[in-house]
Amino acid sequence: MPFMPVKFNLQKRVKLAQGLWMLYWFSVIAGILIFSLGIFFKIELRKRSEMMDNNESHLVPNLLILVGLLACGLNAFGGKVCHDSLDPIKFSKWKPMLKTYLLLCCSFNVLLVLVSLLCFLMQFSVYLTLAEGLSYAIRFYKDTDTPGRCFMKRTLDMTQIEFHCCGNNNFRDWFEVQWISNRYLDMSNDVVKDRVLSNVEGKYLMDSVPFSCCNPGSPRPCIQHHLTNNSAHYDYDHRTEELNIWTRGCLEALFSYYSSLMSSIGVFVLFAIILESVDMAGLKYLSTALETMAEPENPECESEGWLLEKGVKETFSDLLTKLKTLGRTNQVEGGDAPEANT
Amino acid sequence: MALLPVKFDLKKRVKLAQTVWFMYWFAVLAGVLVLSMGLFFKIELRKRSELMDNNESHFLPNLLILMGLIACSINVFGGKVCYDSLDPEKFAKWKPMLKTYLVFCVGFNALLLVTALLCFLMRIPMQFTLAEGLRNGMRYYKDTDTPGRCYMKRTLDLMQIEFRCCGNDNYRDWFEIQWVSNRYLDFSSKEVRDRIGSNVDGQYLMDGVPFSCCNPSSPRPCIQAQMTNNSAHYSYDHYTEDLNVWKRGCRDALLSYYGGMMSTIGALVILVTMLEAGVTVGMQYVHSSLSNLANPEDPESESEGWLLEKTVKETFTDIMDKMKSMGKGSKVEEGEAAVETVS
Repeated sequence: MPFMPVKFNLQKRVKLAQGLWMLYWFSVIAGILIFSLGIFFKIELRKRSEMMDNNESHLVPNLLILVGLLACGLNAFGGKVCHDSLDPIKFSKWKPMLKTYLLLCCSFNVLLVLVSLLCFLMQFSVYLTLAEGLSYAIRFYKDTDTPGRCFMKRTLDMTQIEFHCCGNNNFRDWFEVQWISNRYLDMSNDVVKDRVLSNVEGKYLMDSVPFSCCNPGSPRPCIQHHLTNNSAHYDYDHRTEELNIWTRGCLEALFSYYSSLMSSIGVFVLFAIILESVDMAGLKYLSTALETMAEPENPECESEGWLLEKGVKETFSDLLTKLKTLGRTNQVEGGDAPEANT
Repeated sequence: MALLPVKFDLKKRVKLAQTVWFMYWFAVLAGVLVLSMGLFFKIELRKRSELMDNNESHFLPNLLILMGLIACSINVFGGKVCYDSLDPEKFAKWKPMLKTYLVFCVGFNALLLVTALLCFLMRIPMQFTLAEGLRNGMRYYKDTDTPGRCYMKRTLDLMQIEFRCCGNDNYRDWFEIQWVSNRYLDFSSKEVRDRIGSNVDGQYLMDGVPFSCCNPSSPRPCIQAQMTNNSAHYSYDHYTEDLNVWKRGCRDALLSYYGGMMSTIGALVILVTMLEAGVTVGMQYVHSSLSNLANPEDPESESEGWLLEKTVKETFTDIMDKMKSMGKGSKVEEGEAAVETVS
């Protein structure tokens, strides 16, 4: 008893072929979209690679690019088969490959499911990489003369301006590092000497933040220095002042950006999976409808199409038996070989 | 003697009609492009309207939007006519309107050319609007408590950050105005009182700039205050310090941004004009070739298509005569009406 059989006449077959051809072209566009999303994601990771200590994992974007290309290729082939399906001569050329093609599509769908899952799970890895990378970035902010780190200051400043954030978790992270290079500190000055000696590591720490932490929406000119000293500024209370500098941490800001990007890509890949499954079902119906024509010479005859030749349970048990016989043949061959040797 | 006559048989006519139909669809896309460019330009002007003193001229983007809409509609109509041109019955329906349509197209093309010219010329009034608007913008920077100006500070800061500029002509413009509000100045402090007393207008002037002037590429943390005082900062010489704050003036930066946008739009409008001229010429050939079939009943007969029925000079004198006779006709009508009223 075939699984979900449907009767087809010529008109229905033609309609199915045309509809499926159109669907395959939508799937090609979806494949192109996945490819471009992969490239976009790769570029975004590269752009802020310094913030992630240059060791972020490019697995997800690379997989997306590969999957996008595969989708384009498979769907273009499927579209071509559909286009030729109404001409018996052309279709007979593709007929033998169809079974393998459908199996390929099935495994491709499994791959898509895997990619979609990765899009959601790899967010944890991105979070950890960002946390580590940002703490290094803040530490290397002042090293504008060290090769390999000269642009860290600029990158971090631009990130803080663009993402409206300050520091790793909040602005107090800047109080714990020396973010002014020693080249610009007058070591003969008493104030400077006192500050440097006031902590174990001999760092010039202050309760100030870089200019990129400033919030343009503040009604008063930005207060960057002596942030915790209320008396240093007129009419200023650091506990109630909210708009002066960005209060959000860059870890949170960057992570929410990347996680929303990855979640959207994951959702889109799920849509692509549904589209691919519909394509597969349609092609199966079309191929079975064309194979079971009552009179092969008369194109206008009736035929029947189905999803599976037998019921789901029977197909499954068939598959298992096939796998078992494959295994047994190997064993038999293995048994024959030692016999031949002896 | 027709201008640029071309012989057509059925096959050639069909090919011409198909090509012109195709070109009309490109022209529709071009019309959509002009419309979207007009919208984009309008949005960009609105975004920075505060910096232009809220009296920037929206004439050019409105004109572009109008031209885009008209282009879309006449090109859709032209495409429909081309599509029907191979079916004599359907074409007979459109035939009477074609002459007016083609004259309208020529007029529209001239208008497109004028629009393109305007795109290049409107840069000059924009310069003046920007200069005035930015000067006022800087003056109102501190008025974050005055209704209508509360967001000037934020707009100006965001603009300086985005366009990498400082002040109107350069950063020294900030030295000449008070950009710190009186609400945040301690008038009991001697230093503040001295500064205010030191100039005629009683303004708190200082040689400092807002944080948005800072250049992130500078190797040292930004020096915003006491910029002309070398001894206030270690190893600092304001004459040689290049990367500390943005050197460019915002008027320059904004003008080059808007100027570039307008030049690009102008160049694209010129390309669209050329496309429109092409489709008009094609339509004229389709119309003329279908109007003088050697044998009207036989669609496969030969015909001749041309650009103008007579030569340029003759067509021009014809138009002048027509206009004169129209003028005379209305004069005669007026004369008759006057005679009637008198008698």
